[in-house]
Amino acid sequence: MLAIRVGFMHSDDLITIDGLIKHFPLQKGLISRLLAREKGSVRAVDGISFTIRKGEVLGLVGESGCGKTTTGRLILRLLEPTAGDVKYRGRSIFSLSEKEMQGMRKKIQIVFQDPYASLSPRMCIGKAIEHPLAIHGEYTRAERKEICLEIMRKVGLTPEGFLYKKYPHQLSGGQRQRVVIARALVTRPEFVVADEPIAMADVSVRALILELMAELKNEFDLTYLYITHDLATCKYICDRVAIMYLGKIVEMGTLEEVFKNPLHPYTVTLLEAVPVPDPKYRRTRPIPKGEIPSPVNPPSGCRFHPRCHAARPTCRMDEPPLRKINQNHQVACFME
Amino acid sequence: MEIEHLSVHFPINIGTVRAVDDVNWELRQGEVMGLVGESGCGKSTLGFSILRLLRPPGKIVQGRILYKGRDIVRMPEREILELRGKRIAMIFQDPLTSLNPLFRIDQHFIETLLAHEKGLTRKDAYRRAEEMLESLGISPEKLTEYPHQLSGGMRQRIMIGLGLILGPDLLIADEPTTALDVIVEAQFLDLLADLQKRYHLTIILITHNLGNVAQLADRITVMYGGSIAEVGEAGDIFENPLHPYTQGLLASIPNIKLDQPKLKTMPGSPPDLVDPPQGCVFHPRCPHAMEVCRVKKPGLVKRNGRLISCWLYG
Ligand SMILES: Nc1ncnc2c1ncn2[C@@H]1O[C@H](COP(=O)(O)OP(=O)(O)O)[C@@H](O)[C@H]1O
Ligand SMILES: Nc1ncnc2c1ncn2[C@@H]1O[C@H](COP(=O)(O)OP(=O)(O)O)[C@@H](O)[C@H]1O
Ligand SMILES: [Mg+2]
Ligand SMILES: [Mg+2]
Repeated sequence: MLAIRVGFMHSDDLITIDGLIKHFPLQKGLISRLLAREKGSVRAVDGISFTIRKGEVLGLVGESGCGKTTTGRLILRLLEPTAGDVKYRGRSIFSLSEKEMQGMRKKIQIVFQDPYASLSPRMCIGKAIEHPLAIHGEYTRAERKEICLEIMRKVGLTPEGFLYKKYPHQLSGGQRQRVVIARALVTRPEFVVADEPIAMADVSVRALILELMAELKNEFDLTYLYITHDLATCKYICDRVAIMYLGKIVEMGTLEEVFKNPLHPYTVTLLEAVPVPDPKYRRTRPIPKGEIPSPVNPPSGCRFHPRCHAARPTCRMDEPPLRKINQNHQVACFME
Repeated sequence: MEIEHLSVHFPINIGTVRAVDDVNWELRQGEVMGLVGESGCGKSTLGFSILRLLRPPGKIVQGRILYKGRDIVRMPEREILELRGKRIAMIFQDPLTSLNPLFRIDQHFIETLLAHEKGLTRKDAYRRAEEMLESLGISPEKLTEYPHQLSGGMRQRIMIGLGLILGPDLLIADEPTTALDVIVEAQFLDLLADLQKRYHLTIILITHNLGNVAQLADRITVMYGGSIAEVGEAGDIFENPLHPYTQGLLASIPNIKLDQPKLKTMPGSPPDLVDPPQGCVFHPRCPHAMEVCRVKKPGLVKRNGRLISCWLYG
C-alpha cells in the first residue's frame, strides 16, 4: 500500500489553498451584548495555505472547533471566504459564475459526518442518490436510475433493485453511510471532502466504510480531503496530514514524517493522546493539562504558547510561519 | 457484586426488546471493569439495572443483582435511594443534561451533600466541594460559575466530582468521554485512574472505544446482542481474543501503533433484539458457526481464566 502511495507524491497539484481566512460574526446573546463582554468575530479559519495533490488522501486533523469543517466548506465554495483563494486546477473557484460553479459541483463533492441528518426521511434512497444528477439536469429519468443502480452496486448497497425503494430508517447505520457515499460519487467527482465520515458509526461499521473509501478511491481515481479528529484512521488511509489548531495549520507533511518525527508540541500531545487498542501501549506519562482557548480572541503570537512547555518570549509576540523542515515536512514553531 | 441470570426487557408496540438476556456477571472490589460492545448491545441497560434506573418501559424480568450480599432487584425503594449516590454513582456521556443550567456549580455540590448528609452545615458542604474540585484539578473559583460557562471537559470532571462527593465505592461511567476531544478524553482517563486509586473505587467503564478500556481497564467484558460474549483480563483479551466476535471487533479497529495494510471487516449487522436469532446471537455473522450454534444458546464457560460463551469452547 505504501509503495502505491509514494507513486502519487510527485503528481500535479489539484487544489491550491492560498491565505484562506473565514471569520464569522459573533452570535451575541442578549446578556453578553448588554454587558459588551465579548467583542470581535470567530476566527474559524485564520490564514491557511496548502496544496492537495491529485490522487492523494490528505488528512486534515484537529480537535473540534479548530476550523476543519469550515475549511472543507470553503474548498467546496459552500461558504464565501473573508479573504484568500482556492484554486481548482489553477482556476479560482470564487471567481466562477453561478453556472460555472454548477458544473464544478459535479467534480467536487462532500460526505458528511451524520448520514441521518444529511438524508431526507421521506425520500427513498434511490431518489436520494440520484438527486445530484437531477439537479444537473442532463439525464433522463431512466438514465438516472441506471447510473444510480450501478453506483449502488459499487458501494455495496445490494441487492440494489430491492434497496432502491427503501427509506433511510429501514437501513442499518452502515448502509446509510454507503448511501451518502453513493450520492457523493454519483456525479463522478474527482475530489471528495469526507468530513468525519465515520465519527458517528459503530466500530465494525467504521472498518467497512474506511475499506470502502480506500477501494473507491482506486476505482474512481479520487482525491480526498479526509477531515477527522482521529489520527489512527489517518494512519490507515492518508498519504499526508495537516494538523490544525485554532484556525491555523501547525504542522504538515507525509504520514511517515509527521507520525515518526512530530515537531510541533501540539502534534506531539495529540499523538500521545490517541487511544491505542492494546494495553501493551498504555500511556504511563499523564497528558499535559490545558484546553483549547476560544477562537474569538485567540492567544497572541503562537496560538499554542499558553499550553506549550517550551514557550519562549518570542512565542508570545510573534506568530511562527509554517516553515519547511525538508521536502516532506513543514512546521509552524520557533523551536530549532 | 454478582449478577445472576439477569434479563431486562423493553415491551414496545412491535414486540419486546430483549436488551439484556440471561446475563451472569461478577465484579471484583477495586477493579476497573471495561464493558464494551457496539451500540445497542445492552451496555447501558446493564449499567442502569444496577441502580434500578431503567427508563420506561424497561423492566427487570428475571435475575438477581447482589451488592454486598443484598439483592438490588428486590430492595425497597427507600434503600435504593440510599444506595444511589452514597454507595453507587453513575455518570453519563453528556454532562449538560445532568447539570441544572440555573444552578451554580457550588449549588450542585451543596444540594447533593445536604440532601444526603443530615446535620451538615452549608459552610462545611462548601468546603467539601472545594476539596473535591482540587482533586479534580479544577480551580475552586469555578465553583461560582454556571455549567454553560465551563468547557465540555471541565463539565465532565464536575460530573464525576458530583458522583464521588458522597463517597461511593462503585462508579458506573457510561460513555463518559464519547463527547470529548482526543486530548481532553485522555486527560479525563488520567483523572479517572487517579481518582480510582485515591478513593479505592470499583469502576465499570462502559464504552465502545476499545482504546479507552485498553488504557484503563483491569478486566474486560465484551457484550453482543444483549449477552456476554467474553470476560477476561484486559491483557489476555487483547493478546488472544477467544470469542469470534471479540476477534472480529479487535481486528476491525485502526491501531496507530501498527502497520495495517487492511482492516478486517465483519459481515452483516448486529441483531434485532426484538427478534434475536435462535441459538447463539452471533451465529449469523460468525465465520465458525456450526449446527449447534443455530439451535442452542451457549452458556458462559471457563477457559484459561477466561469466561466465554461460544460452542467452540464447549
Ligand atoms: N456558521 C457559523 N457561524 C458562526 N460560527 C461558526 C459557524 N460555523 C462554524 N463556526 C465556528 O467556527 C469555529 C470552527 O468551526 P468548525 O469549522 O466547524 O470546526 P471543526 O470542524 O474543526 O470542529 C468554531 O468555533 C465554530 O463554533
Ligand atoms: N427506553 C427504551 N425503550 C425501548 N427500547 C430501549 C430503550 N432503551 C434501550 N432500548 C433498547 O435496548 C437495547 C439495548 O440498548 P442499550 O442498553 O442502550 O445499548 P448500548 O448502551 O449498548 O448502546 C437496544 O436495542 C435499544 O434499542
Ligand atoms: Mg467539523
Ligand atoms: Mg449506551
